This record gives sequence, C-alpha cells and structure tokens, in this order.
Amino acid sequence: MLDHSDDPSVERELDGNALAGVFESMFGGDMTAVPGRCAHCHTVNMVGAMRVYMGGPGAVLRCPACDEVVLRIVETADATYVDARGAAYLVFRRSPEGARG
Amino acid sequence: MVNPISWRLATVNGIRDETSSVRSLTLGLPGWPGHRPGQHIDLRLTAEDGYSVERSYSIASEPERDGEIDITVERIPDGEVSPFLDEVVVVGDRLEVRGPIGGYFVWEAALGGPLFLVAGGSGIVPLMAMIRHRHRAGATVPTRLLFSSRYAEEIIYRAELDAFAAAGDGFEVIHTLTRSRPPGWTGYDRRIDDRMLAEVLEPLGVTARTYICGPTALVEVAANALVRLGLPPDRVRTERFGPTGT
Repeated sequence: MLDHSDDPSVERELDGNALAGVFESMFGGDMTAVPGRCAHCHTVNMVGAMRVYMGGPGAVLRCPACDEVVLRIVETADATYVDARGAAYLVFRRSPEGARG
Repeated sequence: MVNPISWRLATVNGIRDETSSVRSLTLGLPGWPGHRPGQHIDLRLTAEDGYSVERSYSIASEPERDGEIDITVERIPDGEVSPFLDEVVVVGDRLEVRGPIGGYFVWEAALGGPLFLVAGGSGIVPLMAMIRHRHRAGATVPTRLLFSSRYAEEIIYRAELDAFAAAGDGFEVIHTLTRSRPPGWTGYDRRIDDRMLAEVLEPLGVTARTYICGPTALVEVAANALVRLGLPPDRVRTERFGPTGT
C-alpha cells in the first residue's frame, strides 16, 4: 500500500487497510484487525482483509468471500455516516489484537 | 470521542533515489511513539485555497530507529500527491502526517515464523520494514521473499536485499522479472503463478506466516493460490495498493 493509486480517475479497488486512518479517527483504535461477520454469507474476516472500493462518494467494504456489501462509509463536511447493515457483528477486543493468529 | 491519532508536522530530513521512479523520504518525527513493521502513515497535503488530499504510505523503516521514519514513494503520472513528493519536496520541508496506523498487516520478530513475503513492485515497502526489523532485532526465523518487478532496474532496495541475503541468517530473496531480463538472469521470468509460489514456499512449509503486498491482481492470485496450497487463510495477510502494474 505504498500509495493507494494516486490517480483520482481510476476506481480504486483496495482493502480495509486503506481506510485504517479514517477508521481509527472514528472508532478510537485500530480497525483493520477487528473481525467482522458478513450478514450475507456469515464468513468472518478482519476489516483489513475486506475489499474496499473508493471510486464513489464514499467507501464501500465488501466481503472477500461473497462480495456482498458489509459496510458503507460516507464522510460529509460535518459528519461520518456508517451503513453497517451488511455486518452481522464486529468484534472489538479490549486488548490489542494486532497481528495475532 | 477524542481523536487518538492527530495530525502532526514531520520534517523531511533526507531524500534518496531508489530507482528512476521511486524515492525514499526520511521524515523526522520527534517523539515518534514507534510503529509495528507493516503499519503506515497518512500524509495530508493542503493547498493555499484549502483543498487537501490524503494518501496512505507504508512505513519502510524498522521501528528500532529513533525519532524518524522512511517512506518510499513511487511516482504515479497524473497523480495528485506523488508528483509533489517526487519533484517538489526538498530537505527541510514540513509535511502533515498521522499515525502509525493499522494492525492487520503487521509482523514482529516476536511472532516468529517461518515467514513468507510476497511483493509486487512497490508492494515491497511494508515488507521491507519487516525485513529491516528482522535484521535489526537479530531474528533468524527462516524467511523467503518472492519479489516481482517488471525490469531489473526497477527492483526497489535491490542492493540492500542482496546484503541481507548474504548475511547468512536465514533470509533469502527470490526475484521474478515480468517484462524483460538482463543477460545471465537466473531468477524467474514470468508473473507470479501457482507453480512459482509452490516452489518458493516449499522449504518453509505450510505453516509459514505469509504477507502479500502489491497490485490487487497480484495479491488475489497469490492469496488464492497459497490457500489452495494449504496455508490457513488467517495466516495469509494481504494488502492491496491499487491498479498500478508490475
């Protein structure tokens, strides 16, 4: 992830690592190592492993197993909107999960 | 909610060309809390009219360095940020950064190995932080790096990787060149595929902790192949940096 495709004209298919800074400023901790369960196929993947599309007005995170939408994030001038209906749950551990596993 | 990661000013302490289109910047960050190899920073540039852009850059340096980090930047034609970092920035400039960020794509010596690293082009950068850390920490976990570049002259960190490999502490680098090969080339000569991954992985075995970073297509190919080869999916960590090619 040297430079997340610096060409603004290209729709960028990345992964959850690309949103780590945005997430951390929203949630107060690292989100990339947070496991989340897809509400569609019930697969559990860490947010860092989810596919991210950043070509539109916000970011869309999709399940790497079934490609359904797990999270949508839109930042406006005064708020951040998180549409989480595609996530059955996210697991926030009280000790850092880091690169365990 | 208190913002846990705030923007701060870094000073450009050094600039070094890695290849004709890639350069490393050393950023001075007094009081830097240290990072974990594989983490990145966000960098923000703001124009005089207030327009600002943010980009993420992997940290290339090992965390053992005190008060400064390196990032490595590839020039992307028509990009909004990379031409500035490639052409405009000079030593002494100040840049806004926040971080370190990320916890998924991270390896530390304490995690052990064996360690299998797969890089495409500038995807080497976060892996280089792991390799430099491994060396600096005196770790000897068996480690193999499979590194895909287009041309020999585009191999980032080539001399440093060769030096690490010559140290005899269990680190090996295996190159593949996808576009053209210089005379006498003994490495691979094609894009990363299942057979190449199987051959390079074989000495490490299927318990290897695996980190793959590069263009999306390369990451997909490599991750899927390695899971087919028997690596547990949760041991295969991936980071995609977009559609630039190798």
